[in-house]
Amino acid sequence: MKTIIDQFATMDVNGSTQYTSKDFKPENDVRWCLGCGAYSVLFPVQKFMPDLGVPKEKIAFVSGIGCSGRFPYYMETYGFHGIHGRPIAIASGLKVARPDLSVWVVTGDGDNMSIGGNHFIHGCRRNVDLNVMMFNNEIYSLTKGQYSPTSHKGQITKSSPFGVLEDPFNPVKVAIGTGATFVARGYDKDRFHIQYLIERAARHKGFSFIELYTNCLIFNDEAFDGFTKKDVRDDHTVNLEHGKPVVFGINHDKGIRLNGFKPEVIDLNDGYSVDDCLVYDETDATLAYVMASMSDNPEMPHPVGVFLQLDKPSYDENVVNQIAHEQEVKGEGTLEELLLGDDYWQVN
Amino acid sequence: MESAPRALNPNDKVMEAIAEKISELTIRFAGDSGDGMQLVGKKFSDALASIGIDLITFPDFPSEIRAPEGTLYGVSAYQLRLGSKDITTHGDEIDVLVAMNASSLKVNLDNLRSGGIIIANVDGFDSRNLKLAEYEKSPLETGELSQYKVIAVDMVKEAKTALKDLNLSPKTLKKSKNFFALGIVYWLINLNQSSTQNWLKKKFARNEEALTANTNVFELGWKYGEQQQVIPNQFEIGSKHFAAGNYRNISGNQAVAIGLVAASRKAELPLFLGSYPITPATEILQYISSYKKFGVKHLQAEDEIAGVTSAIGASYGGHLAVTTTSGPGLSLKSEALGLAVMTELPLLVIDVMRAGPSTGMPTKPEQSDLFQAMFGRHGEAPMPVLAASSPSDCFDMTIEAARLALKYMTPVMLLTDGYIAQSSEPWKIPSPDELPSLVKDLTVDKDNYQPYMRDPETLARPWVIPGMKGLEHRIGGLEKSDKSGKVSYSAENHQHMTELRQQKIQNIQNDIPLAEVTGPDAGELLVLGWGSTKGAITTAMERLWSKGYDVAHLHLKHLNPLPKNLGDVLHNYRNVLIPEMNMGQLKMLIQANYLKDVIGYNKVQGQPFKASEIEQKVKEILVGEEVLS
Repeated sequence: MKTIIDQFATMDVNGSTQYTSKDFKPENDVRWCLGCGAYSVLFPVQKFMPDLGVPKEKIAFVSGIGCSGRFPYYMETYGFHGIHGRPIAIASGLKVARPDLSVWVVTGDGDNMSIGGNHFIHGCRRNVDLNVMMFNNEIYSLTKGQYSPTSHKGQITKSSPFGVLEDPFNPVKVAIGTGATFVARGYDKDRFHIQYLIERAARHKGFSFIELYTNCLIFNDEAFDGFTKKDVRDDHTVNLEHGKPVVFGINHDKGIRLNGFKPEVIDLNDGYSVDDCLVYDETDATLAYVMASMSDNPEMPHPVGVFLQLDKPSYDENVVNQIAHEQEVKGEGTLEELLLGDDYWQVN
Repeated sequence: MESAPRALNPNDKVMEAIAEKISELTIRFAGDSGDGMQLVGKKFSDALASIGIDLITFPDFPSEIRAPEGTLYGVSAYQLRLGSKDITTHGDEIDVLVAMNASSLKVNLDNLRSGGIIIANVDGFDSRNLKLAEYEKSPLETGELSQYKVIAVDMVKEAKTALKDLNLSPKTLKKSKNFFALGIVYWLINLNQSSTQNWLKKKFARNEEALTANTNVFELGWKYGEQQQVIPNQFEIGSKHFAAGNYRNISGNQAVAIGLVAASRKAELPLFLGSYPITPATEILQYISSYKKFGVKHLQAEDEIAGVTSAIGASYGGHLAVTTTSGPGLSLKSEALGLAVMTELPLLVIDVMRAGPSTGMPTKPEQSDLFQAMFGRHGEAPMPVLAASSPSDCFDMTIEAARLALKYMTPVMLLTDGYIAQSSEPWKIPSPDELPSLVKDLTVDKDNYQPYMRDPETLARPWVIPGMKGLEHRIGGLEKSDKSGKVSYSAENHQHMTELRQQKIQNIQNDIPLAEVTGPDAGELLVLGWGSTKGAITTAMERLWSKGYDVAHLHLKHLNPLPKNLGDVLHNYRNVLIPEMNMGQLKMLIQANYLKDVIGYNKVQGQPFKASEIEQKVKEILVGEEVLS
């Protein structure tokens, strides 16, 4: 069926893709606080966009509510600033309707893990081809400092003056557990790594989820310093790389091995070698879940990188294929045929 | 029934079946939820409609899927009124009641007219069934039904005896008893069985035993009717004169589903439905999901909110986007509807109203979401509200909703209800060419483009969708600066934008039909209706006019904005009566808008108005005292 939007919705990349990162910087001033971790996502995204190979008019950023929600205003592409918790649902409708677009979701720990939790888990399960970047600052910042579902137990905030009583979500575990096909984690103090993760997510066909630790220097400053500051990060984070032994430490002298389902740190200077380390496999969801659990244990290094990447047809692709199949088998339906139905009769 | 079969006197000795011409008849099939009453009712109405008999159906069933057998609350019924003239309601009083068990007799007897016919399945009146129906003795034996004509037959036993040579399992025979009842009814009105027999052949093509059982039992029912001599008369229903054309039986939900596809084709836009299952709107989702060969996309969302927000996303992407729901779901969508108002995107919201509040009575109709449709959003968030008045009108109003949404770049609410959504009537099928073109001009002057610039006439902003080169822009729920669409917290701008959004919707008044009254254009009383009450009001009016009462009828389809001349029209009548299935919601709107005193008539019983109720109410007002109908 021909429609009046066909010319804009073609799957061919026929627009210009010759850009520099400047082409994606809008005229608006960025209004995040100076020093906010969110800049560490914005800049790598703007930097990566020329490499995406998609014309600007075919890119859409969709966001929810919270500091992260302002992201679309800072990208010179199509952008939709939605309502609290719903960006994945809005973006799913957009992508299912328009599989020709590159659709990005920008959300936060409150937006995605709390009010939008249902859309998140079903987004993971449904596998619509979206790139979801979740800014996690472990606090509600735009409402000025209440605890979020990723705030840690005991955290003092404006709505938990005597300490948070709840256990937090581990968003990476939720994503893996509910069927996301691409799951990664990065942190604001390593923009190069973020850019790598963004690129991997963009290339992945299906639901991509990146948890991004973004420091809020106003309401939850230094939340991630314990493992992300330059002087400690090598010893306190471990970067998962597909097909490589899981090694970390400033001197690359520590590794992770599995004892049953339990990851353990081994000392490569003390009787162990690289050969004893777990070789990471990002196509193994069970392994991904086990590794993600390390972040719940303060004794273990904090895992980052690509946890999981599974090849599966995306939902939007399945929708298109189902329609194509039905039309192939039954022929393309006409309006007249639909109006008449199966049981019509004639009066002369 | 206007010209009823003559009073049936138990002493009447007329034994010959003499076909009697009548113009209208109301039949109600009632039984357990699992007795197949909806199925036989549907097949019966299809057979009638295909030979040119006009009808309206009314499926009336409990929320439970298979309530415990034999219980009073598990009774499922399918009522239809058929006739040779325009049928506008499913009938106030039952002429023929099929009661498959004791409970179904008990809950329906009040509506059976004196002298009416009962076709009772004796098998369903055993001691267990009687106890569940809270009868001490079988009403079939006590003489308490003497004012009716009763055909009491053990349908299962009859079938077992007559068909014993076919070696059918008792279970299959028991299951086919609904077709025995149907057979009697076909005989009663001398209706050809062939279309239903053909349907059975198709339906049970792969189940020979069921096919044999049902076709034979159906036939047996007919013969039973013919042979027994309790009912002296076989009725002959004449055909109505239908204008030439193609017809089908259509329910409101089906009409909405087809209307959505038709609107998208006439707009030359792809269709997207985001929806979450909810009674009684679910059928629309089911129909749309079966239309893949028509290129329709749908997302069965994880919740009501994702239903509407995915549709907003699809609308942003240039689709004719729709979400379907019922009251509780509409409440959940409220916030997102504000987003659609703010972003000024076309969106269709179909609310199939049911009795509330909260879970209420999911399968029962009500018109109590009018306020929610009008005002159920935070902030000043006006949107057009339409209401369909009959099953087939759901088609026209769906097209109208799409027209307004696209032309004015706004979400539009279409209200239907559980009554018209599930009941059906013959519909004259339009040819695609007869439908209005809804094609929207998407061209934009690139050099001067601003996201919130407006068409001077409609005040609609341009629909610029991703994929349009050089027009990249950002929109969202934050207040927008006039024209540029940039985020703005300016005091004057917010006042201005709020007024603009209001004005845009108000301007639609110039683009909808004027209110047109049926009956005298001034006088004593105007009955003002909206939505599914139309059938009952229309029938009541015909009766009142034939008796010379000074009363007029006006039926609203556009509720926001209201027709431009409505105020003038209302002031032409001394009194205005508004019958509605709520506690007076349109009444309050009318009083607030026109400072006109209005008499409310409010029925919230989960049942549509009867024509007789409205007739009676009008008489009370006009005569000033209670009048017997």
